Amino acid sequence: MESTSRHFRQNVGTALADPNLQDSLTKLKVGFSERRRQAADRLPEFEALRDRARDIKNHTLANLDFYLEEFERKVVALGGHVHWAPTAADARRIIADLCKSAGARTVAKSKSMVAEEIALNEHLEDIGIEPIETDLGEYIIQLRREPPSHIIAPAVHLTKDQVADTFLEHHHRLGFTKRLTERNDLVAEARYVLRQKFVDADVGLTGANFLVAETGSSMLVTNEGNADLSNTLPRMHIVLASIEKVIPTLEDAAVLLRVLARSATGQESSAYTTLNTGPKRAGDLDGPEHYHVVLLDNGRSNVLGTEMQEILRCIRCGACMNHCPVYGAIGGHAYGWVYPGPLGAVLTPQLIGVEDAGNLPNASTFCGRCESVCPVRIPLPKLMRHWREREFERHLTPTPVRQGLALWSFVARRPRLYRRLAGLANRVLALFGRAEGRYRGLPFASGWTRFRDFPAPPTGGTFHAQWSRRRP
Amino acid sequence: MIFVAAILAAVSHTPPRPSTRPRRIALFVTCLVDLFRPSVGFAAVKLLEGAGCTVEVPPLQVCCGQPAYNSGDRATTRAIATQVIAAFDGYDAVVAPSGSCAGMLSHHYPGLFDDDPAMKARAENLAGRSYELMAFLVDVMGIETIEARYDGSVTYHDSCSGLRELGVKDQPRRLLQSVDGLALREMKSPEVCCGFGGTFCVKYPEISNAMVGEKSADVAASGADTLVAGDLGCLMNMAGKLQREGSAIQVRHVAEVLAGMGGLPAIGEPDDAASARRDQG
Repeated sequence: MESTSRHFRQNVGTALADPNLQDSLTKLKVGFSERRRQAADRLPEFEALRDRARDIKNHTLANLDFYLEEFERKVVALGGHVHWAPTAADARRIIADLCKSAGARTVAKSKSMVAEEIALNEHLEDIGIEPIETDLGEYIIQLRREPPSHIIAPAVHLTKDQVADTFLEHHHRLGFTKRLTERNDLVAEARYVLRQKFVDADVGLTGANFLVAETGSSMLVTNEGNADLSNTLPRMHIVLASIEKVIPTLEDAAVLLRVLARSATGQESSAYTTLNTGPKRAGDLDGPEHYHVVLLDNGRSNVLGTEMQEILRCIRCGACMNHCPVYGAIGGHAYGWVYPGPLGAVLTPQLIGVEDAGNLPNASTFCGRCESVCPVRIPLPKLMRHWREREFERHLTPTPVRQGLALWSFVARRPRLYRRLAGLANRVLALFGRAEGRYRGLPFASGWTRFRDFPAPPTGGTFHAQWSRRRP
Repeated sequence: MIFVAAILAAVSHTPPRPSTRPRRIALFVTCLVDLFRPSVGFAAVKLLEGAGCTVEVPPLQVCCGQPAYNSGDRATTRAIATQVIAAFDGYDAVVAPSGSCAGMLSHHYPGLFDDDPAMKARAENLAGRSYELMAFLVDVMGIETIEARYDGSVTYHDSCSGLRELGVKDQPRRLLQSVDGLALREMKSPEVCCGFGGTFCVKYPEISNAMVGEKSADVAASGADTLVAGDLGCLMNMAGKLQREGSAIQVRHVAEVLAGMGGLPAIGEPDDAASARRDQG
């Protein structure tokens, strides 16, 4: 997917001026966080499970090569194939070749953020293969030719009315000429349209929530059952997953599943949890004849052993963005690439370069709410700060910020000078602002006063000046 | 001058209470309080002395270094942290009327010196005796109630660092509830960030404005006539927004309300607003 992260500031302006988006975000902010809180409150061991989930992922990352090779051995023993894709281009090529070998005209896809990461749909279309998104949210944004704005709720930026208009526009030619107004009717219509496409598809492509090394299984959770149709009906099933999705055992998967759905949607578990373990065996009634797993690196192995490694624990629940006040203000598209919110603020600079995505780790108040809800306890603010440090070291920090900082630090490191200048600033601000109590505009703080008044200090001097007068 | 008079009146009428456990406390004033709201510092002194502490204000303190730290300038942060560590050497405890600055000392300083064991030990020593004011009064000094009066309904905003790094949540509410005449009215989402975020509010003013706009609506919907919090940065941000919107809600630091300094002009208010209120009362 083409990144617009470089244009973050323009994206923010667009997002803040979009009434439909703001309407959708208002609902999202309350809904997700309230449901997560209730789910966590209902499970006394939830905090302990978060510790275990963190430890499982840490252990796996420390032994990632071992578990990936173990996973590969198991898949091959089951009659499946594993393909290693160092880059996005490699993954696209591998998948295209597999689709061609199956003579595919259509590919039924269940939701996959990694597929977004490698821009798979655009590539398949370019070579004449039609990708069909079967997750409802993905289907909606595919019709609208938009990128997802959230990793578990890709169409969360849209209102019901926008979806109704989109369906009328695209389903009209299929004979659906009535504009629907009820949620259930919209779902039913999408279901009807998609059902035949499942049957017709030559290849089913899914992502994976987890890859289980001990069994060679890929594990998927959905609420719509679309992934199950994507991977059982077509002749070929391709699993596309990034390398950090591997975990050692089914027992580990059980722990991670218990924190995943609760953190994501507040459900105790998702409606469907599916294990795919190799191709159809002799005697099986259904299942794919061909089973392929494409393992994507795309820069992740570079993160191993660095101060950013903890981001690879992420299990893609979306809790960080659901609880992020910045995401809540601007939505997912403003981040300009596949992964929005605090996750994106850390991962995007890694995957597409901090030169393009430099704003993302800076656009945070470090309020810490993301870290406080992360099921695998990723210290997201700390990792964002690491990006800021790298930007500062590489002189990517904007010049006015650097100059301001240099001036401030020169003064802040000289307490006596600082005291004199603070006293002067205090007197000037009090002198001109005291009558009104505040400033409506200040030349050196227009970012502030454009939207807010600036409180003026009272007369009488700084605290330190008053203190030394009173308690010399 | 109404400020100075009110502060003097408030401070001079409360001699330090004798206590069984006198402590030598250093007040970390914080740069915002020093420059924009000295009364918060005096309120902190009054509360600490009321709890039986001996309060000193080390003269060489400036800033905790967060502007540099959060801008990625680690070298400057270390230099400033070194300065702060030296300034607060030898005190039983260092107390700040700010969760953000106290959190910087107690949670972030040690990590700055991973390659310097001697400095790391000193940073850890400081971290172990650094506190946010409300947490110190309640958790360390065991203060349960405060003798003060404030006629009004108050809503409390949980500033992020205090809440999530230091667990400041019940302490200020418990103390506020013991204030005569004060009714606590919770807003719907007191734990959601106000959008200040230090330099964030001027680096990304549009996002910051959207966040503080939502906060001011939540504050207004609480029906309270006063908004309090424990961090001056957040308070100035919220006060500035409320006043730009024409709201009459008074914005004050929690220490001021607890120290009986609720008669001062609120943050961003002109001096005559407070006297007008007094005349009406």
